[in-house]
Amino acid sequence: MRMVMTGNYASAYGAKLSRAEVIAAYPITPQTSIVEKLAEFVSSGELKAQYIPVESEHSAMAACIAAETAGARTYTATSSHGLTLMHEVLMWASGARLPIVMTNVSRAMAPPWSVWVDNMDSIAQRDTGWLQFFCQNNQEVLDTIIMAYKICESRRVMLPAMIIEDAFILSHTSEPVDVPDQEVVDRFLPPYAPELKIEVGKAMGFGSLVKPDQYMEFRYKDMLAMKEAAERVKAVEKEFKQVFGREYGGLLEKYMCDDAETVLITAGSVAATAKDVVDAMRARGARVGLARIRAFRPFPHEELRALASKVVGIAVLDRSYTFGAAGAMFTEVKASVYSCHKRPVMKNYIAGLGGRDITTKIISNIMDDMAVAAKRGVEDEVEWVDVAGLPRRWR
Amino acid sequence: MVKTTIPEEEFTYPGSTGCPGCGANLVMRYLLKGLGGRTVVSIPACCWAVMPGYWPSNCLKVPLLYTAFEATGAAISGLRAAFDVKGVEDVTIVGFAGDGGTVDIGLQAMSGAAERRTDAIYVMYDNEAYMNTGIQRSGSTPYGAWTTTTPVGPKHEFKKEPKKDIMAIMEAHGIPYAATVSVAHPEDFVKKAAKAKKIKGFRFIHALSPCPPGWRMNPTQTIEVARLAVETHYFPLYEIEEGKLRITRKGKGTPVSEFLKLQGRFSHLTEAEVDSIQKTIDEAWKRLLDREGPEA
Repeated sequence: MRMVMTGNYASAYGAKLSRAEVIAAYPITPQTSIVEKLAEFVSSGELKAQYIPVESEHSAMAACIAAETAGARTYTATSSHGLTLMHEVLMWASGARLPIVMTNVSRAMAPPWSVWVDNMDSIAQRDTGWLQFFCQNNQEVLDTIIMAYKICESRRVMLPAMIIEDAFILSHTSEPVDVPDQEVVDRFLPPYAPELKIEVGKAMGFGSLVKPDQYMEFRYKDMLAMKEAAERVKAVEKEFKQVFGREYGGLLEKYMCDDAETVLITAGSVAATAKDVVDAMRARGARVGLARIRAFRPFPHEELRALASKVVGIAVLDRSYTFGAAGAMFTEVKASVYSCHKRPVMKNYIAGLGGRDITTKIISNIMDDMAVAAKRGVEDEVEWVDVAGLPRRWR
Repeated sequence: MVKTTIPEEEFTYPGSTGCPGCGANLVMRYLLKGLGGRTVVSIPACCWAVMPGYWPSNCLKVPLLYTAFEATGAAISGLRAAFDVKGVEDVTIVGFAGDGGTVDIGLQAMSGAAERRTDAIYVMYDNEAYMNTGIQRSGSTPYGAWTTTTPVGPKHEFKKEPKKDIMAIMEAHGIPYAATVSVAHPEDFVKKAAKAKKIKGFRFIHALSPCPPGWRMNPTQTIEVARLAVETHYFPLYEIEEGKLRITRKGKGTPVSEFLKLQGRFSHLTEAEVDSIQKTIDEAWKRLLDREGPEA
């Protein structure tokens, strides 16, 4: 059924259609309407689940960890400070190999206080062992939640996934969303049946102490699981397309990249704006394209290497900044591309922090700047875009 | 042979890595005797996170979920929710945490679980400091005690603040059952655990757990020190059921100096300081008696 809904409701419907059994959540702007909607679903009986109104995000994740260990499918949602408060237990969830699915409504970190979009919160969690999906629109939010359970619950993955939707731009903007029938989702996503779980009367320890001669093997297996996850993302999406008719490009969505000379790489909702820019520039004869990092973890190394060997310039637009280094997407793309025989010229653009608009004008200026840099060389490898006081004008 | 009311079945295997004379070993043993085998235990960072042994060994005969330090209250909430949604009813969910993991870093999660009326038993084994990390003060360390972070030193310093009254804090949550227990009184302990098991909602058990290395005491005197804690009214045994307080062991009111003198952690105290501890204990005991009221 097609419905008009916000990204947050798309998240709530995604969790409901996936038949989450335990939901533990704590309110934070702009995530609240996700958990309000889910509380409503549970209260009305539309969703048969236990809703735990915990007293913090740390407890939300800790409760999900315990419930998932006892064999329940769990879901939670958070944002910015809530996500970073969870940091410790995010690592616990992945280390314990629990396929928890969570929406993070990506919002800037304080101080200064900001409730608006940027991806610093999510990027700061990249080393926690979670799969991270940056979504471009509300339909993708709903679909990716369903896919994420299927990817993560497969026996050789068993890792948690974070579905990232940009604050307000997706969370509070309504779009038409196709809400699939429950029976169809049920056929696609069977009930959660872990190999190991807490069973009453059975002596088992979950999360025990290990010695140095045992620890590394656990982490090695996590690494293998994340590699497997990269394959599962693609395989599950193929299956999803057969059933639901939609696909999102696996780990890396490529748009007009086949004959492109200059490519913009970015993630999240800004990719949709960038596609319009690519269309407009193409109409004027410019050979430009867009590659959207859909999965930041597992990172699309192979896909990026294949792309990079065919283009002359890559602009990476980061909606966050890793202080003392550069944008995280840029450094990761650069690291991937390093082993290519023919490396393109690369430049990093930092834009849109704390909810600042990234307009079509800004994106086309970035593309033009990159085309020039590809020919004449790069002066400043990392450029802050649209910042007051800087000489360069981008708008 | 003396017949006791304590069930003979054991729910712990030998081989815990606890120190000689560890009170916490007995706390777990008596607790599980009172609760039985259909119990799931969640343990945060604390001595008992190490005591079950290295993976894949485990000295408990019941399922054990380890959690992050501050997460016990949330973990037992998650466990109960999962069993509820799966329709598993006859299971006792236990959070088993030390004093630091309860009155300090875990207080918020526990308070949340209590406020939500989570159907679980929270057991705090109180060795009165961060013992697993090497005897640092906690909010549950008593006035007068030496710890590595309250060194006595040349200026005659020690912990100057009284311990948090966790029983009062938990009672203020309006929970249906709270009790104190001691390893020196296993029958009282097991009876209270069994009683707690039958009650629905959030239940709290506060166990005094002597720690020979941390209390600077002889490991053969664990039971003696625990018994003196009750006899001197340093740690009275009582229960609060639906707001009604009942003292389960009156004790002789032995001078507290008898309890203190067996422990090196109090050896620096002057006579006047011991007297002030005695005065505090006497006042607290009187309040407890008044609170209990005339016996029925």
